[in-house]
Amino acid sequence: MGRPKIPRKSTSIDMTAMCDVAFLLLSFFILTTKFKPAEAIAVTTPSSVASKIAPDKDVVLVTIDPTGKIFLSMGDDKSDVSKKEALADLIMQTKQISFDKNKFAKAHFWGCSFGQLPSFLNIPEENRKGNLLSGIPTDTTKGTNEVYEWLKLVTQVYSGQKMNLLLKGDNDAKYPAFKCVIDAFKKNDLMKFQMVTNPESIPVGSELWKSNMKGLKRDE
Amino acid sequence: MAEMDTSSGGGHKKGPGVKKGKKLSTRVDLTPMVDLGFLLITFFIFTTTMSQPTAMKLFLPKDSDSKDQNKAKESGALTILLGKDNHVFYYEGMMDNSNASSKFKSANFGNGDDGIRKEIMRKKASTIEKDLVIVIKPGADCTYKNVVDALDEMSINDVKKFALVDITDVETQLIKITEAAGTPK
Repeated sequence: MGRPKIPRKSTSIDMTAMCDVAFLLLSFFILTTKFKPAEAIAVTTPSSVASKIAPDKDVVLVTIDPTGKIFLSMGDDKSDVSKKEALADLIMQTKQISFDKNKFAKAHFWGCSFGQLPSFLNIPEENRKGNLLSGIPTDTTKGTNEVYEWLKLVTQVYSGQKMNLLLKGDNDAKYPAFKCVIDAFKKNDLMKFQMVTNPESIPVGSELWKSNMKGLKRDE
Repeated sequence: MAEMDTSSGGGHKKGPGVKKGKKLSTRVDLTPMVDLGFLLITFFIFTTTMSQPTAMKLFLPKDSDSKDQNKAKESGALTILLGKDNHVFYYEGMMDNSNASSKFKSANFGNGDDGIRKEIMRKKASTIEKDLVIVIKPGADCTYKNVVDALDEMSINDVKKFALVDITDVETQLIKITEAAGTPK
């Protein structure tokens, strides 16, 4: 009782359709991809074993560039924009200067003294490059650690609300710049902050590695 | 259910009366599957951000209440000094002028025998947990990376108590002397 034999068919599949889709997608991506805009402030962060992902809400970010210049920025969320406007008002009040509030809120970062703020905001966004700007002055010898002043105003804006204070420093930034920022934090009673780093694997055999193996939770 | 006929082994045993089975096409239209696959790919491309930056938490102590600042026990203290070009120096206990240069040792950030991690582990094993205090003193020439690395060592080695302290002039001098004497390991 032989069963009827199913005639052998070629196993090749018509790949045309797949090809079409693949190339369609490929061309779509090629045409629509915008490369990540060249960072206005070029910073390569050091790596650490910290595994907590940096928050992206209610962020106040202090950036230290390779030459030790300091920049301040805030998040781009809707809530952040209102915070930025509040900060603009506060600066105008306390420093008795006037500038375009919208421009201030739109700026991705601020990196100048209060006095230079109006002219800083007049620079077109694409020309605001970290290496061309002076950064927030920190010269303690002249008694103008403006990072402190900036942060003081930011803290006032955030008063009562949670603020994620981040510090993003470049590998090559020298310690004095870092210290300057820490001092500014301390003076403002901002005792908790987080440093943005790249993830790195935990060295095998270290204490942390052992406790991770045991399944203990890290308190970070 | 379609079944594959494996019994006939390729022979032509079919008699004239045996009816041929209905031809079933083995061709499956893969297009929807491919579409779905690519749809997923695009979904992931749009939603994933490459290598999320992580954040390392640091709590600063208050400067103001210095009077009840806990003094570190000498036996449990290890001071790590950060110099330029990724050099690390360390000494145990207190630094006084008489024994300064003998106590002062150099290390690096590496994993090897002269790495600072070895020293921290050794110190940790030889002191009582609650007495152990590591003092990190970054010099003016060290980089932000060095400081973060040093702080990272603290979490790698599970050191509970550590402090970030300003470097003293004596220590800066010592670093200079040691660096001038020859490149440390």
